[in-house]
Amino acid sequence: MKRASLLIVLVMLASMMAACGSLAAVGGGTTIKIVSSLPRTGSSKGQSDSIVNAIKQRLEEAQYKACDGKITLSYEDMDDATAAAGKWDAAQEASNANKAAGDADVMVYLGTFNSGAAKISIPILNQAGLVMISPANTYPGLTKPGKGEADEPAKYYPNGTHNYARVVPADDLQGAAAARWAQSLGAKSVYVLDDTELYGKGVADVFDATAKELGLDVKAHDGIDGKASDYRALAAKIVAAAPDMVYYGGITQNNAGQLLKDIRAEGFTGKFMGPDGIYESAFVEAAGADAEGVYATFGGVPADKLEGAAAKWYADYKAKYNAEPEVYAVYGYEAANVAVNAINTVCKKDRAAILGAVMGTKDFKGILGTWSFDANGDTSLTAMSGAQVKGGKFEFVQPIK
Amino acid sequence: MATMRPRAIRTVPWRLLGQIAVVIFCLLFLAIPFVEMVKAMIADPQLLARQLLIGVTNGAYIALIALGYTLVYGIVELINFAHGDLYMLGAFFSLSLIGTFSLTTDTPWSIRAPILIVVLIATMAFTAGVNMLVDRWAYRRLRGIGSRMASLISAIGISFVFQNLGLLWGYLRFPFMHGVMGSNAVAPKSFPALLPSVNLFAGTGVRFGAKDLIVVGVSVVLLIGLYLFVSKTRLGKAMRATAQDRDAAALMGIDVNRTISLAFVLGGALAGASGMLVGLYNGTAVFDMGFTAGLRSFTAAVLGGIGNIVGAMLGGLLIGIISALSDQYISTKWTNAVVFGILVIILVFRPTGLLGDDTVQKA
Repeated sequence: MKRASLLIVLVMLASMMAACGSLAAVGGGTTIKIVSSLPRTGSSKGQSDSIVNAIKQRLEEAQYKACDGKITLSYEDMDDATAAAGKWDAAQEASNANKAAGDADVMVYLGTFNSGAAKISIPILNQAGLVMISPANTYPGLTKPGKGEADEPAKYYPNGTHNYARVVPADDLQGAAAARWAQSLGAKSVYVLDDTELYGKGVADVFDATAKELGLDVKAHDGIDGKASDYRALAAKIVAAAPDMVYYGGITQNNAGQLLKDIRAEGFTGKFMGPDGIYESAFVEAAGADAEGVYATFGGVPADKLEGAAAKWYADYKAKYNAEPEVYAVYGYEAANVAVNAINTVCKKDRAAILGAVMGTKDFKGILGTWSFDANGDTSLTAMSGAQVKGGKFEFVQPIK
Repeated sequence: MATMRPRAIRTVPWRLLGQIAVVIFCLLFLAIPFVEMVKAMIADPQLLARQLLIGVTNGAYIALIALGYTLVYGIVELINFAHGDLYMLGAFFSLSLIGTFSLTTDTPWSIRAPILIVVLIATMAFTAGVNMLVDRWAYRRLRGIGSRMASLISAIGISFVFQNLGLLWGYLRFPFMHGVMGSNAVAPKSFPALLPSVNLFAGTGVRFGAKDLIVVGVSVVLLIGLYLFVSKTRLGKAMRATAQDRDAAALMGIDVNRTISLAFVLGGALAGASGMLVGLYNGTAVFDMGFTAGLRSFTAAVLGGIGNIVGAMLGGLLIGIISALSDQYISTKWTNAVVFGILVIILVFRPTGLLGDDTVQKA
């Protein structure tokens, strides 16, 4: 009952926001709508706020026009998280995708943040022939054959053509980079954990495999229950195995803070590393003092270390929003950038043409450099960075080769 | 003919067949892994000891939450699904007070200990009050209509209300709370490590911290206190009388509504105490923590025999120890399956739980 009424309120709010969005688009001939579906509620809000800001920044630079003013752009910011879940919700993501698919004005779907959510919306949008560009999904199986399950990625594309591209490097790169970094940090043995979600298990599996190839001793690989009250018994098991490092593939919202606290409380003094799923302030807050010294990897380079066009973007963003962009903001900008570029290229309101233009992006001069999408929809950029918690916040340490 | 058919069905010994099936299943599939597990246990006795101690401490706090379920069920036969979420509210309330008094790990013990006790009492009073009001406003109205289902469903509703209250609680940004709620409303909140974690068994290769002892100690004290209260005092007698036969108790001059209220007050106080204790012990609190904790604890209460105080403690200990051993010797991702599998097996042989009494079930 409570949930139902909450949903009604959310739907009302969403439709009010939609109304505001379309007001902005009054005037001009043809209107093309760009939507984004990101977790706007819950602890990923910090990240999604700055992605949405960056998307708006790109659209405002275009003055919400494309094709020399012949096309008016409008933007709708959809939420795929629910307050009750505290993170992305499968039903909400499906409803966003269906809404976008059913709206004839929508030509580009930006999102999602979580790979598990993309798994749900890609097939829906695929059947509607709508292009989807993700600023943050890193699970390899969404695009790359042979990197995920046997039937991936074909099962996400029921009509046969790829309609999904991402501007971030995938986790087959991140997991491998993390394993190489672990080795260069001096770890000889690792204990691998994952949160059993698509993204977390994906990156942990790659880490596990690469670590073995590099000759590291992988003590064990366990999946954790993200809703458990504590992980004390698991922590004792880890301490007994005495690894140099614990690698956790997963997101903060699956109890990463509690996990780290319990491992430290059991007397583990080695290193703790995670992927970009824990590279956020919510993780540092949840783990409290124990977060100090934790390592995290992420795709690309941090905003304040960017060069060239990206450095200018960074300065503009800070001037406009008076805040530091989170790590995925630059990808939010680049995703919108690719979308606007494709609309300018085809210069007509046609899902198939725009889809073709986005997927065929070659030698694109974006703010991240000059890059292309390959046949699977993956970016040709492969930069990875490492960060560590110092003095209560994540700080950039080094780029990882 | 029509009257004969049900009798004929009843003569099939379903329960016996079920028991035989379970035994065959266990022998076929679990015998070899079990032998392997025992070998691993013998190979590292210190690790086994540590895991057993973890099981006992986790079991103690599971039992503490389970006591609340069992107490209310014993009196009004209502499975109070909101209990787990009340426990979460207890954790949030105590965290807010800890922030208000700005307790940190640097606070000296002479100040920290008395304040913690004050916070504990305040938290227990808060959750007891909330539970009593919920009983008065929601359950009491439904008690007269003869359908226990109505109360049960409203308990689930209250559980959602509490969960959303916890969600809203995360938005509280009063300056006097010194930012204990963090910058993100729905993210897990961090408790400062206020309980001492000195290893009491230092030098033996086994870890048993002072805070583990505190959790076990508080749980055992509350268990014994509750047991004595119910079995020795006049009010406890009134509670037992109400549990046995509400109408007869009313005829003997017992104020039934007040007695039931008392059960909710006690259950609420237990939820508050466990919320604060577990918050301090585990170190984080999140608005949906009540669901998992509640499910585990309710399972413990059913395992031990719902309505039975000693049974709740036994059920909690069993679940704690089984989970710890399963995490160590099987795999964490199988732990839930193992715990609930064992629940099924035990209920096949003892449908009323380990210490449950058939006569208590009035249905």
